[in-house]
Amino acid sequence: MDAQDPALGHLIDQVKSARLSRAPLDICGGGTKRFYGEAPVGTPLDVRPLSGITSYEPTELVVTARAGTSLKDLEDALAEQGQCLPFEPPRFAPGGTVGGMVAAGLSGPARASVGSVRDHVLGVTLLNGRGEILTFGGQVTKNVAGYDVSRLVVGSLGILGVICETSLKVLPASVATETLIFEWDEARSLENLCRWSTQPLPINASAWHAGRLRVRLAGARAAVAAACERLGGERLEPAAAKTWWLSVRDQSAEFFALGEDALARGESLWRLSLPAATALTLPGQQLIEWGGAQRWWRTTSKAEVVREAAARSGGHATLIRGRDRVEVFAPLSTVLMRVHQGLKQAFDPAHIFNPGRLYLGL
Amino acid sequence: MSMNTALSSAAPDPGRAQRQTEVVAALGEALPRAAILFRHEDTAPFECDALTAYRTSPMVVVLPDSEAQVAAILKICHNMGVPVVARGAGTGLSGGATPHAAGIILSLAKFNKMTIDPLSCTAIVQCGVRNLAISEASAPYGLYYAPDPSSQIACTIGGNVAENSGGVHCLKYGLTLHNVLRVRGFMVDGEPVEFGSRALDAPGLDLLSVVIGSEGMLAVTTEVTVKLIPKPILARCIMASFRDIESAGAAVASVIAHGIIPAGLEMMDKAMTAAVDAFVHADYDLEAAAILLCESDGTPEEVEEEIARMEAVLKAAGASRIEVSRDEAQRLKFWSGRKNAFPASGGISPDYMCMDSTIPRKRLAEMLRAIQQMEAKYNLRCVNVFHAGDGNLHPLILFDAEDPDELRRCEKFGADILETSVRLGGTVTGEHGVGVEKLNSMCVQFSEAERAQFLGVKRAFDPLELLNPGKVIPTLHRCAEYGKMHVRRGMLPFPELPRF
Repeated sequence: MDAQDPALGHLIDQVKSARLSRAPLDICGGGTKRFYGEAPVGTPLDVRPLSGITSYEPTELVVTARAGTSLKDLEDALAEQGQCLPFEPPRFAPGGTVGGMVAAGLSGPARASVGSVRDHVLGVTLLNGRGEILTFGGQVTKNVAGYDVSRLVVGSLGILGVICETSLKVLPASVATETLIFEWDEARSLENLCRWSTQPLPINASAWHAGRLRVRLAGARAAVAAACERLGGERLEPAAAKTWWLSVRDQSAEFFALGEDALARGESLWRLSLPAATALTLPGQQLIEWGGAQRWWRTTSKAEVVREAAARSGGHATLIRGRDRVEVFAPLSTVLMRVHQGLKQAFDPAHIFNPGRLYLGL
Repeated sequence: MSMNTALSSAAPDPGRAQRQTEVVAALGEALPRAAILFRHEDTAPFECDALTAYRTSPMVVVLPDSEAQVAAILKICHNMGVPVVARGAGTGLSGGATPHAAGIILSLAKFNKMTIDPLSCTAIVQCGVRNLAISEASAPYGLYYAPDPSSQIACTIGGNVAENSGGVHCLKYGLTLHNVLRVRGFMVDGEPVEFGSRALDAPGLDLLSVVIGSEGMLAVTTEVTVKLIPKPILARCIMASFRDIESAGAAVASVIAHGIIPAGLEMMDKAMTAAVDAFVHADYDLEAAAILLCESDGTPEEVEEEIARMEAVLKAAGASRIEVSRDEAQRLKFWSGRKNAFPASGGISPDYMCMDSTIPRKRLAEMLRAIQQMEAKYNLRCVNVFHAGDGNLHPLILFDAEDPDELRRCEKFGADILETSVRLGGTVTGEHGVGVEKLNSMCVQFSEAERAQFLGVKRAFDPLELLNPGKVIPTLHRCAEYGKMHVRRGMLPFPELPRF
């Protein structure tokens, strides 16, 4: 990136001045994910002026965009060429940006089959706490020169630096897609998902809620048709299917909405990331995604109960919404926290970027 | 790459002998005597990895067989300030496991157990298990481990994690990073640690991403949880000939542009085709300027549909001859030449130097032309195999190491290829790693601030810099020296090209 660019120059100036006064900066894009993570503090640092697709060549399967580019603009540009971000980044509200997508590191329904945001990031240009512009990774898929810092910033919630630009691996959109519905209970659904995952089937996404399993198939026409034949179930009409999967991706489905009543009852929304085959039950309702590896729970259980259940299964729990005054992310071991502190110190020695957004003290 | 700077064993030095005695005595507290090697004849097999031009005699080699022993060794070395170089099968091509003269080699070859969990499609594998052994053990369940580096019969999963190894199928199935869920191991001070989890993600920063590919400089890996995937029912391969390299390069881009992600997409130039055909007799088209191997895998329906699309695209791109494998035997025959590219090169030249840069696919033909000009400039031959689908090049420069001038010209040729790759928007290493071999090239690809940031990452894990010191990150001094001889980034031609 060109440091002479006025939008970038302005960001560098703000960072340098914040560093001198040790004043925290709250890195902002479209503000659509401010509910995620610990509460933001500091002077807003708006990254949106740094916007636009820098380069996109469909034959390279790579797009490079500046952080403030709206996610919608990016996905529209890809769709024009029959390509997509296969990991389906959620859009909780209009206005989400590419930088926010990388910083939050959240992926949608297809994650278990196609990989996460992190798996598709090829390179990142970062503005660190010294006001230096650094580029890691690149625009090529295979690249092992130096540590993979570009993927380290995915999901970092901005604590290491300001993401200025990113290169992403994109894929052709699937030729054929079908959604099948099965009226099955949780145990039967998980058992079948588990069995199917050991077979060469074009399963692209799955979601179970309230006695109903939905499975999305995507791939070559012949493969999808053969899989429909084999799996059975009832086919969901394409437009309805699309709307339904978007409502899960963007958490606009009713299940995710915790109204005042629910909050007053002490309900919280948790995200549990677990080994897929785990059996885990809490009081409340759940929505299962990713073949069993991601489970959303609306529950009145105490945080320690949820965290303990997740940890016992080899996973972890994140608080998405709720009034419980607890840490959002599962606590780290002493040794991992020490590494986190070392990395924070290395990238942002004055602790100005999004302090406390990921963990207290970072 | 700088083969003439091959490090020989440190000269006999009484201080070193004294130090060696102290370190051996301390390690003797934690390990049986038979697991500690320090006499020169015992440590000699550990002097180098597959980058044999670099040799250093390690002070001590240890062969632990339990995690408790690894922890104890690390604690001792940490307390005494002894550098530690972890080693798997020693098949690495960039000197990542080259010993440190004042350090120990931590050989993890005895960590060879694994458990397959077919229900969750994962395997828990100790670091010394060979890559291919994972797929062999998973085969009865219809599963396999996707990354398949060419050394897969010998290389270990621990080494794969260190190098983020790829293979011919990584365009479709990803690198080690995309196929590993969790790495268990030890910090430099012997404290146990886990990166990632058995789930698809872990809380906090994604440290797994930075540990994979860190060339043994951040932590010592002892156990890896890998993802297994269902074995495709069928695979078929197209062999397509092209009369000129431009149209072969354009065909690669065209396949991708048509929304096809082949299971493998490889290219060989004419010189390489001739060399491998003489070696394996695979009936390759010796008239072609370049040959593409384009593979489809999946269900029989998928493969049929995809092969038809691939054939149409390759024909439209000007293929002069197209052959589709009829059966598994023929498919393997198509691949036999590609898979023997390195040994075949060994057959036509006393020595060869293998490069490993990656460039954007669209620049393949341009790069091949540039390499042809370099052949004339340095008066050396170069044969080319490419993982064309992901732009990863393996030009093999043929030379005779006995001839000092050829060696010198070969090094310059190699450096020229790497710098050209960076200029074309690529990277100096796609899959072999930096190790000691490409330290100079890191000065070309990264700025001083970027290299300082790498060092910061290193120190966050290993404050005393005892794990595999001297690899991957060149010192300021080294880059300054190298910069005197070479044009630095920013002053290179084509300043308008993005370098991201």
